[in-house]
Amino acid sequence: MKGTNLGEFEELVLLTIASLVNEAYSVAIGDELEKHTGRAAKLGVVHAVLNRLEEKGLVISSLGEATRIRGGKRKRYYSVTHAGKVAITKAKEVRDGLWRIIPGFNLEGST
Amino acid sequence: MKTPDDLPPPRWAQRLLRGYCRPDLLEDLEGDLNEYYARNLKAKGAKRARLIYILDVLKFFRLYTVRKPPPVPFFSPRTMIGSYFKTSTRSIWRNKLFSAINIIGLAVSMSVGLLVVAFLSDLLSYDHFHRKKARIYRVITTDQRLDQSAMELACTSVKAGQVIQENIPGVEALTLLRRGFGGDAKVGERTLPTEALWADESFFKVFTFPLLQGDPATALKAPYSLVLTEKSAKKLFGEADALGKSVQFDTLNYVVTGVMKNIPPLSHLRFEALVSFSTVELQKPTTDGGFLSWESIYMTYVYLVLPERGNPQTLQANLHQLSARENARLTNRKIFLSLQPLQEITLGKHLGNQIGPTLNWLTVWVLGGLALVVILSACFNYTNLSIARSLRRSREVGMRKVVGALKRQVLEQFTFESVLISLLSLVFSFLLFLFLRTEFLSLNPFIADLVSLNLSPRLVLCFVALAVVVGIVAGFLPALFFSRIQAIQVLKDVSRRQLFRHVNVRKALVVVQYTFSLIFITATLIGYDQYRNFLTFNLGFTTENVLNIKLQGNKGDVLMKELSALPAVSGISQSRIVTSVGSLYGTQMKYKNDSAGVWLNFVDEHYLPLHHHQFIAGKNFRPRPQPGEESEVIVNQQVLKRFNIGQKNPNGALGEIVTVEGKKLAIVGVLKDFHYGTVENKIEPTVFRYSSQESGGYLNVKITSHDWPATFAEVEKAWRKVDRVHALDATLYDDQIEQAYNQFSVMLKVIGFLGFLAVCIASLGLFGMVVYTTETRLKEISIRKVLGAGEAELVYLMSKGLLFLLALSALVALPATYFFFDRVVLVNFAYRHPIGWGELLTGALLVMGLAFLLIGSQTWKVARSNSAKVLRSE
Repeated sequence: MKGTNLGEFEELVLLTIASLVNEAYSVAIGDELEKHTGRAAKLGVVHAVLNRLEEKGLVISSLGEATRIRGGKRKRYYSVTHAGKVAITKAKEVRDGLWRIIPGFNLEGST
Repeated sequence: MKTPDDLPPPRWAQRLLRGYCRPDLLEDLEGDLNEYYARNLKAKGAKRARLIYILDVLKFFRLYTVRKPPPVPFFSPRTMIGSYFKTSTRSIWRNKLFSAINIIGLAVSMSVGLLVVAFLSDLLSYDHFHRKKARIYRVITTDQRLDQSAMELACTSVKAGQVIQENIPGVEALTLLRRGFGGDAKVGERTLPTEALWADESFFKVFTFPLLQGDPATALKAPYSLVLTEKSAKKLFGEADALGKSVQFDTLNYVVTGVMKNIPPLSHLRFEALVSFSTVELQKPTTDGGFLSWESIYMTYVYLVLPERGNPQTLQANLHQLSARENARLTNRKIFLSLQPLQEITLGKHLGNQIGPTLNWLTVWVLGGLALVVILSACFNYTNLSIARSLRRSREVGMRKVVGALKRQVLEQFTFESVLISLLSLVFSFLLFLFLRTEFLSLNPFIADLVSLNLSPRLVLCFVALAVVVGIVAGFLPALFFSRIQAIQVLKDVSRRQLFRHVNVRKALVVVQYTFSLIFITATLIGYDQYRNFLTFNLGFTTENVLNIKLQGNKGDVLMKELSALPAVSGISQSRIVTSVGSLYGTQMKYKNDSAGVWLNFVDEHYLPLHHHQFIAGKNFRPRPQPGEESEVIVNQQVLKRFNIGQKNPNGALGEIVTVEGKKLAIVGVLKDFHYGTVENKIEPTVFRYSSQESGGYLNVKITSHDWPATFAEVEKAWRKVDRVHALDATLYDDQIEQAYNQFSVMLKVIGFLGFLAVCIASLGLFGMVVYTTETRLKEISIRKVLGAGEAELVYLMSKGLLFLLALSALVALPATYFFFDRVVLVNFAYRHPIGWGELLTGALLVMGLAFLLIGSQTWKVARSNSAKVLRSE
């Protein structure tokens, strides 16, 4: 199944959700991503990814409180599911494994 | 005022989002967008924030956010449309003959309906491009002379226009137009015959004709200004800029002060150029009794715009007062002004001196009525056949009712089916319409000039609406019939009662159908006979092999010299007008103290012999070089009778002096009565005056050769030598006469075509009826046969019912047509041909023959069927 692999952006979003703990809703996720990556996260893109992650069962959402600035609309909070945790851990392991076998000199001094 | 913080996001974008977004995602999404919006509102300002909001809403339109369309309620119990659709298509497929007959009939008849709809739609959208169209009125004139019936004219006097402008309040703008400016526009070497109107400076305030160049406020102000249409500017100047250039008419120079967009096709005003009205004011023409006279009502048109919420009644009352004031100075004559809305000009009442093409409502009603009859005929087919084959479907309906269908639902189902068939026919009829349209437009140049019949979305919508209405009308009776069926009865005893209950309705419909078909056909035949008679009518002079050439301003004698050198030409004469083709030229004649109107033509000394006019007394004009003092006149017998000259003795009239247009002329000849007008008019007093210089008239050339194309080429060559600018305008006299009766030939073609359609449709219907009735009686026939009935007897037995109906319709149709023509149509013709029995009966026999053939072939087939087989299989 395609869903077991994470795309790069998906991984970032998943990590952000995890880092935000109880404050992970779409706008906050977008802001956080922007802060860390330096690139503007478009609301539409973030939403699409969140939707996809939820479809894959990596995150779960629930409706929270409403604020005046949102025109009385409730926020949708995301949290990482067990499958999500497995997925990011696996992704990290894959990377770490690859990092470990890179010879030290190979990334130094190259143009 | 709202602070920027409170400014809500664009309402429509919000609605859009709510419209497409899935409900479970909507709240969160909307909230996010609001949050971003609030943020952007502070950071980037209201304008940007709103734009971003809109863009975001659009960008959110993705597969996963879009709400799934609700399942189409085809099979929901409330509408049942899906089920209707299914059963209808099945039933259409199963009964191929039935469907084919109906679809063909409806398609053919509806194509005529489409044509009428398109025609009417064009007529009703005339002059719609004027911005102030609803407020524009034309001032029209009623001219009432003593002892004469009032004449209504589209034109009015210059004085009327000026007085209204100066003295009458409640007019936003008023413009004067004057016709009669025409001539050859010259620019350098280029010459172009141009039809123009004089128009004053307010012209562009009243009408919406956009100027490409020039200032609409001043373009028509100064004398000798000229506004060209794009087309004529291109013809005169090519691609070069026309503005400010000068154009020569005759000896006068006009300056181009504007170029306007081409006139839309559906405009009643048509011209190639406009000349400032101040020009004609300077020239002060003396024709028709003084330029500024109240009685000079024949040349000028006044259009005015009422202010918004202006009241035409008030203005009308003012016009009445004005007329009354002015009329006080007149004796024996009254001139009244009234208002005509712009939108009633093209399709409105009949007025003299119209400035553009017009059509009266009567023609439209007649056309629409005829089309309606044909469409109804096809609808009757549907009704008839549906009821005729009710045997089959009544079981279906019975089942439906048992299962729980409501009366309303059965009604819906059958109406749906008929609308479906009608929409199906619309597809075919649309193709037919495209074909008919070209035929219709080429029927008569007037029609092509009047309408273009172009398709537009609105028109297509009208077409669909027509099809739906036709479907409902056609399906109404059968639907009603089926919905009333008692389920128990049908299922228990399907045979007699239901099937033959509506026989009388069917019979009546067949009679109506055939009556109309017969009326159409006999009307065409009678009309054709009359038309032939018009063309070959003995006018009292010869028109054979006479070629009438319009001189178009050239000197007659110059062209005459060229033409007389041709071997094919045996004689040439000159005349001002061509008679017997509808052109009239009237004047007043005085004899002693008696004065009356007479018809007039100016001819030279060759004219009367060339046309073989018969002298009763006296002789032809003496040849006389111009300009000699005119002294002679030749009259017809009616003149002697009207003025009682010479105690009705032609010879006694010779030498008597009459006064025509202030000239004292002696009668030198008396002609046998001949037709000056068309056959519709009685022969009236007519005089000939002498003139050998008629550059505005015609040359009448007698041709002896039979090689017409060669002769025409020679004539054209001779014409070229004399005139390089204008195209030769030459027509054979007989052809001109045919053109004069062109409206009849058009009418005949239309009615004939509709008659043909009506007969075809009725025959189709009859065929279907025969097939179904014989089918249901197959068993009966077989038993009769077994018991010893002969084939001829059986054919007679089966067809006698229908034959009786046909005979009945003939009995209604033939006398009706006869009386219609005898009492209504032909009374308008002073010289008519008696209606022959031949024309009446031929049509009837033709239609009857066709019907016999249809009935006979089917019943014959059934009568010859193998009865043993039929009975065994039952």
